[in-house]
Amino acid sequence: MKTDIILAGVGGQGILSIAATIGMSALHNNLHLKQAEVHGMSQRGGAVQSNMRISDKPISSDLIPMGEADIILSVEPMESLRYLPYLKKGGWLVTNTTPFININNYPEIEEVLAEIKKQKNHISLDADSIAAEIGSKRSSNIVMLGAATPFFDISFESFEEGIRQIFARKGEDIINVNIQALRAGRDFTEKNR
Amino acid sequence: MQKLLLLGDEAIAQGALDGGISGIYAYPGTPSTEITEYVQASNFAKENNIHSDWSVNEKTAMEAGLGMSYAGKRAMVCMKHVGLNVAADAFINSSITGVNGGLIVVSADDPSMHSSQNEQDSRFYGNFAMIPMLEPVNQQEAYEMAYYGYELSEKYKLPVLLRITTRLAHSRAGVETLEQKPQNDISLPSNLTQFVLLPSIARKQYKILLSNQASIEAASEESIFNKYIDGSDKKLGIITTGIAYNYLMENFQDKELKHPVLKIGQYPIPRKQVNKMLKECDKVLVIEEGYPVVEEMLKGYQEAGTPIIGRLDGTLPRDGELNPNLVANALGFETVLDGTIPELVKNRPPSMCVGCGHIDAYNALNEALIPYGVGRVFSDIGCYTLGALPPYNAVNSCVDMGASITMAKGAADAGMIGVVAVIGDSTFTHSGITGLIDCVSENTPVTIIISDNFTTGMTGGQDSKALGKIEDICEGVGVHPDHIRVFKPLKKNMEEMVQIMKEELEYNGVSVIIPRRQCVQTMKNKKLAEQLINLNLK
Repeated sequence: MKTDIILAGVGGQGILSIAATIGMSALHNNLHLKQAEVHGMSQRGGAVQSNMRISDKPISSDLIPMGEADIILSVEPMESLRYLPYLKKGGWLVTNTTPFININNYPEIEEVLAEIKKQKNHISLDADSIAAEIGSKRSSNIVMLGAATPFFDISFESFEEGIRQIFARKGEDIINVNIQALRAGRDFTEKNR
Repeated sequence: MQKLLLLGDEAIAQGALDGGISGIYAYPGTPSTEITEYVQASNFAKENNIHSDWSVNEKTAMEAGLGMSYAGKRAMVCMKHVGLNVAADAFINSSITGVNGGLIVVSADDPSMHSSQNEQDSRFYGNFAMIPMLEPVNQQEAYEMAYYGYELSEKYKLPVLLRITTRLAHSRAGVETLEQKPQNDISLPSNLTQFVLLPSIARKQYKILLSNQASIEAASEESIFNKYIDGSDKKLGIITTGIAYNYLMENFQDKELKHPVLKIGQYPIPRKQVNKMLKECDKVLVIEEGYPVVEEMLKGYQEAGTPIIGRLDGTLPRDGELNPNLVANALGFETVLDGTIPELVKNRPPSMCVGCGHIDAYNALNEALIPYGVGRVFSDIGCYTLGALPPYNAVNSCVDMGASITMAKGAADAGMIGVVAVIGDSTFTHSGITGLIDCVSENTPVTIIISDNFTTGMTGGQDSKALGKIEDICEGVGVHPDHIRVFKPLKKNMEEMVQIMKEELEYNGVSVIIPRRQCVQTMKNKKLAEQLINLNLK
């Protein structure tokens, strides 16, 4: 089994916490893992991505070849479209619908969402609202991860275990609210895929 | 032995810790910063008194590392590729002095310039210095090379250059560690004159370096990091260096690779293995991240007249980072793409953070400069370089660390008026002070803005050596106290800021203006908060 994921967002939106959770979950399953990140200048409000590769066999390249990603997981709608050339035929686009507008020529959000809907395999959700509903606005990233979990060859329990380890130092309450966020994301996908 | 999930940078740090270092010296620079940060965060390093404080710049780091080596202990020095330019004087000469304790210099190159001013290839420096060089294929090798590099360095009494690129530096993978080695005891160099590079001694030392070349090349022939993998299809031979091997193998996940492959990880390049490939194959493709260093060398190695293809003939792009698709093209494989980027997707360049003090300083500067006109602001390397982009369009240069003050001086010497330099606090102590002394000694009419946010911001908020010292430094080198002006860059202070800037722009001599406000990214840093209270800066 092999899952290649492009994580997308804007610098400062915290896609690395998603990456860390997936990484923990993969390690929990004794899988091979490579995860390339963006640090430095581009982090300051620019478009950022992380290439995450998980496999039961050793992995060669740190970068995912174009046309081979199984999942694009984006915490920002316009950013989800930037990496379409990487998505393989039949791959899934999973994206948050809340825009992060820090440029003055950001397109109309309706047009962005319409472009996303053109993708045959897409899941788009308002992760910020879902996170607010469960009382933890900061967990919208984990809602997004939850929404992508059905497309991994990793059990949902492993993701829950990943959350427990990543948030271990922050206490039981934070762990629970994030597991709740993870489940809310998964439930959305199960109902809407 | 344990298995850890580490960035390439972190793997190097762990390899150095397990390899028995007594200290690490560095100035922050993407993509090398996380090596030193890993040691700073390590309990093992704390318990064992391993030095890890930041240095003021790469040159002082290199020299301190060499000093620790002189004292018999193992040291690591880390920097980004352009940092090696700053450290070059000490670096090149360290190959002439040789070392006592093992010394590894890590230089992290940034092909495609993700966060840099150029994409120079540090391997030129390794060749220039004539020392052994290591270039890992993955995080595991990055760990092992740092670990093994100390033996190599002590065996040949030479510094070793460990070269990585962005992609490995900032990619995470599992790493298995080796047995922890103890630190060296203090010992003097066996030859107490070898570090005295007076011409008469330097000439002897240089001959020693030259006579060492055959043995370090022999070490490359034997190295576990160089591998000749034979193949039946000799129409094409393939040479890879470092992570380029991964991009090659990525293209053979579901098909057999029949060509001979030489995977290079240790330099000087293994001449015998290279010649074997040149002799046996009809054509040789060189895949390397960075400049065509090996490709150019091979052209000089020619005995067989074998065509060599790679970055020089356009088989691979001459510039930029490699990836699996570029290597697929070079091998003649087709890539079929399903999706394209919709037209409505707009570029999202990096920008200064909401609430950043640099923004207020630039707004004031732009207004104060209206009477003088545009095009007279020389800037430097840091977050404030982003002031070059709209809507600010506030600065006209970014060349190298410290160049703001000295370029402003040159322009003022040429007769330009209203000349301004903009530099950050950390860059000022890195390489700005010497330029300021030049200005003071001639009383050059320049206005120097030291935008002080108490940190090295661009690389993620590391310590600034300038903290609490800027006015003292400026006064100490001779700036008149009346022309050292400090204010807090906030929208509500705009009038005051513009007024101060106008006054200093009119002054016919050296002025230093210090807009001073904490970087918004460091608000959660408790250690810094305490320091600011103690220094009365909060």
